[in-house]
Amino acid sequence: MSNVNLKVNGSAHTLDIDPTTPLLYILRNDLGLQGPHFGCGLGQCGACTVIINGAAVRSCVLPISAVKGEITTLEGLSSSGHLHPLQQAWIDEQAPQCGFCQNGQIMTAKAMLDKIPHPSDAQIRETMNNTLCRCMSYYRVQAAIKRAAKVIAEARPDTGKEVAA
Amino acid sequence: MTTSTGIPKQIEELLLTHRRDFLKSAGLFAVTFAAGAGPLATEAAAQGPGPYPDPDFHQLDSWIVIHDNNTATFYVGKTDLGQGTGTSFRQLMADELDIAFDRTTCIMGSTDTTVDQGGSGGSTAMERDSWPMRRAAAEARRALLEMASARFAVPVDQLSLSDAVISVKADPSKHVTYGELIAGKKFNVTLTGANVNVVTGIAKVKPVQALKYTGQSPQRDDIPAKVDGSMKWAVDVKLPNMVHARNVKPPYACAKLTSIDESSVRNLPGFIKVVSKSNYVAVVCEREEQAIRAARQLKTTWEKPATAPFPASEDLFTYMRSATPTSTANPVVLGKPDDAFSSAAKVIEAEYEIPYQGHTAFAGAHATADPSNGQMTIYSNDMKSYGMRNGVATFLGMPRDRVRVVWMQGPQGFGRTAADDAACEAAWIAREIGRPVRIQWMRDEETAWDTKGPAFVVKIRGALDSAGNLVSYDYNARSCDYNHLGYNEPDTVLVAQLMGSRRAKPATGSSEIPSDMYAVPNRRMTREVVSLPIVWETPLRTGNLRDPNGPQSTFAAESFIDELAAAAKADPVDFRMKMLTASTADDAGFRRARSIAVLKAVAELYGWNPRPSPKPLSNANVLSGRGVAYSFRGQTIVGVIAEVEVNRQTGHVWAKRLACAHDCGLVVNPQSLRHTLECAMLHGLSRALHEEVQFNTEKVTSVDWVSHPTLRHADVPERIDIVLVNGDPNPNRPDLPPYGAGEAALKPMLAAIANAIHDATGVRIRRVPFRDARVLAALKAARAAVA
Repeated sequence: MSNVNLKVNGSAHTLDIDPTTPLLYILRNDLGLQGPHFGCGLGQCGACTVIINGAAVRSCVLPISAVKGEITTLEGLSSSGHLHPLQQAWIDEQAPQCGFCQNGQIMTAKAMLDKIPHPSDAQIRETMNNTLCRCMSYYRVQAAIKRAAKVIAEARPDTGKEVAA
Repeated sequence: MTTSTGIPKQIEELLLTHRRDFLKSAGLFAVTFAAGAGPLATEAAAQGPGPYPDPDFHQLDSWIVIHDNNTATFYVGKTDLGQGTGTSFRQLMADELDIAFDRTTCIMGSTDTTVDQGGSGGSTAMERDSWPMRRAAAEARRALLEMASARFAVPVDQLSLSDAVISVKADPSKHVTYGELIAGKKFNVTLTGANVNVVTGIAKVKPVQALKYTGQSPQRDDIPAKVDGSMKWAVDVKLPNMVHARNVKPPYACAKLTSIDESSVRNLPGFIKVVSKSNYVAVVCEREEQAIRAARQLKTTWEKPATAPFPASEDLFTYMRSATPTSTANPVVLGKPDDAFSSAAKVIEAEYEIPYQGHTAFAGAHATADPSNGQMTIYSNDMKSYGMRNGVATFLGMPRDRVRVVWMQGPQGFGRTAADDAACEAAWIAREIGRPVRIQWMRDEETAWDTKGPAFVVKIRGALDSAGNLVSYDYNARSCDYNHLGYNEPDTVLVAQLMGSRRAKPATGSSEIPSDMYAVPNRRMTREVVSLPIVWETPLRTGNLRDPNGPQSTFAAESFIDELAAAAKADPVDFRMKMLTASTADDAGFRRARSIAVLKAVAELYGWNPRPSPKPLSNANVLSGRGVAYSFRGQTIVGVIAEVEVNRQTGHVWAKRLACAHDCGLVVNPQSLRHTLECAMLHGLSRALHEEVQFNTEKVTSVDWVSHPTLRHADVPERIDIVLVNGDPNPNRPDLPPYGAGEAALKPMLAAIANAIHDATGVRIRRVPFRDARVLAALKAARAAVA
């Protein structure tokens, strides 16, 4: 056991914990952040995805000792009570079926849009390809990503006109 | 707090978190924690001792509670696995009750607060289970009108009613809300009917034309909490003093446990106990990751069974063909099939193979059990929570009314949670150690050991006359389904099997004949079931998987219809249409007329250009083709058309476009329905292209998302079109009731993809799934590949 410092969604935490513990269990069981889910424990499905330094990371296979940087979870996407455009797009498209995988879908899409604001269909398929859904909500998820990208672009005064055209 | 419902506060908090905002504004729910708060948000206090009697479905108060502030809560005995049924129930009940949809909420599937409607399964939500809900809501409306009549001393027909406010027609200044009428009281209205499905009051339900919310698409109320992280799922439950358990499965199927070396884990941090009975073993630790580690590290020894429990997956179909059936259903025979074969102009024959396919739920089986005070409360995502309550009570030998199941959200069901292992395991361990226990299966455990959809071998012969008409049809479907599991049976659930339970008479299992309305003058259709060598404690035990035998039988039947059409050099849609229109006889649900309408609608939707299949082979590396298939599930009719691209160098198949015409009668929520159909079609696509349980003679070897592939984002069609045929196309007939929609669109997908591959390449693939290597090998064999 050792003291581990974590910054998650803007809050600092110090935990006395086995440093080999995967981040997922600490988020879910110690910090009460249950947006990330356990799906496979192998880094294959994406249900546990969080964002660290702008990258979508599989928290089920990330030892807490290897975490470098602030962690953003699904709970941390909204700000001042306003949903992130991706979350709103998910509601507008009614994207989930059961919804269990959607943490991974949303967080992976967030990391993508932060880097590629206007992804092509091919980029969406490629970037999202390892984020699985067993209800097969993929078609709606892709529609929601495109909707969110459009909303984000329109909110930017410099690019809004171009996108609207 | 809705004290009148008798729901303990901590349970209500769990159930209603996602409706927090509504309930808060409606004053129903004293919010005691902030949104997104820490662990306490899901912490439920230890339970009282019970008992937990069943809500009486004969009491109107069991179904509907009207609150002081003129809102309503509906209590229904169903579970919503993400197809939006809970929203649809609210639409129908709000319509019957005459209350604004937004002033309602719905609580589902918890055994001591909602009447037992069996939970979910078989696409029964709208078709069967929405009726008692509607009748109860209609009866509540009638009772409220009676109350208003007494209050204003005017007859009911002198009252008007709009959105839960009743007024005196002659003097609209006299008005009263539902909430004011029934404030603090109960209806105390007794319903009649022998069982929950037929329960009714005096009031009649409204005609379809009078339904206001039904047919609209209000958004699902569970989605906001599922996208902002505030939804509390069954996996999220935390209880004071709770511990974590993980199973240790036999390394070989049907193996016998010979020893456990507890010293191999005793010194691990957080270790509490190894619990075991017969061949069931689990490890209990304080923390989740500790239990995972200890379960992996525990040293156990096992003895393999004397004979192989099953053939290797590559030998499965040979084994199934040579096995003696454990049962053969009486064949369905029409006309004189053998005579017609002997005088036919052309006879063709084909065999189709569908492997075991798993549920492979997105998360492993899970449950949390609280054994405090001599009762057992189980927090679970079981789609049939009522059956689970009964199963756990019998499994533990506890009185039924001391066991309660609180249903919560979970990963998709599709039948897996109807044979739920985790609840029995959690409850058993919780009683063993006297503390609340949370258990969850790991990925390899779930993929290998979940219940499977049965493998099929289907042999079909067809006879064409000289004009290319199908004059005789001989169908034989053999499934490997002996000892098929039922719903949460305390003697057949896996943990019970591992503990030594054996049913004297295993379930016979079932096979399936085609679901079509074709008029074929001579037909024989045979169903047989075969058994694996060992049927207990096996990872290849079968259970219900989303329309349990339908995708398999329809893959064979609708592939073969296409083979017949090709042999007759006929267009595949025309060939089917000719057989549908060859008879005018129909059934009570007009399935033949509706089949014709659906097939016509999907061809129009797609823009189908009549021509025989296959297309002439071009020189292109990527070939495109289209395929059609049609079937019904119960009274719901589906036609699908797939357009595929087949890469001749790699064998890769991409379904570029899907079109679906769907008729499930009355549509309650078109948007929910469309999304359900999209997902069902893609589930069918996944089963067509990817899914297969693989095993050697000792164990299942497809154990994760690499060895057991599933559909991914890159596989998704660029376009999916859906037309809701929405009821009887004949306006002179009465409105159709709602039929089931959760499964039907999956059923014809496998055949549609196979037919499209054939159209594109001229190569017929009769073995599922159509992975790249199999398709490429078939192309090479037919000299249709490109090096």
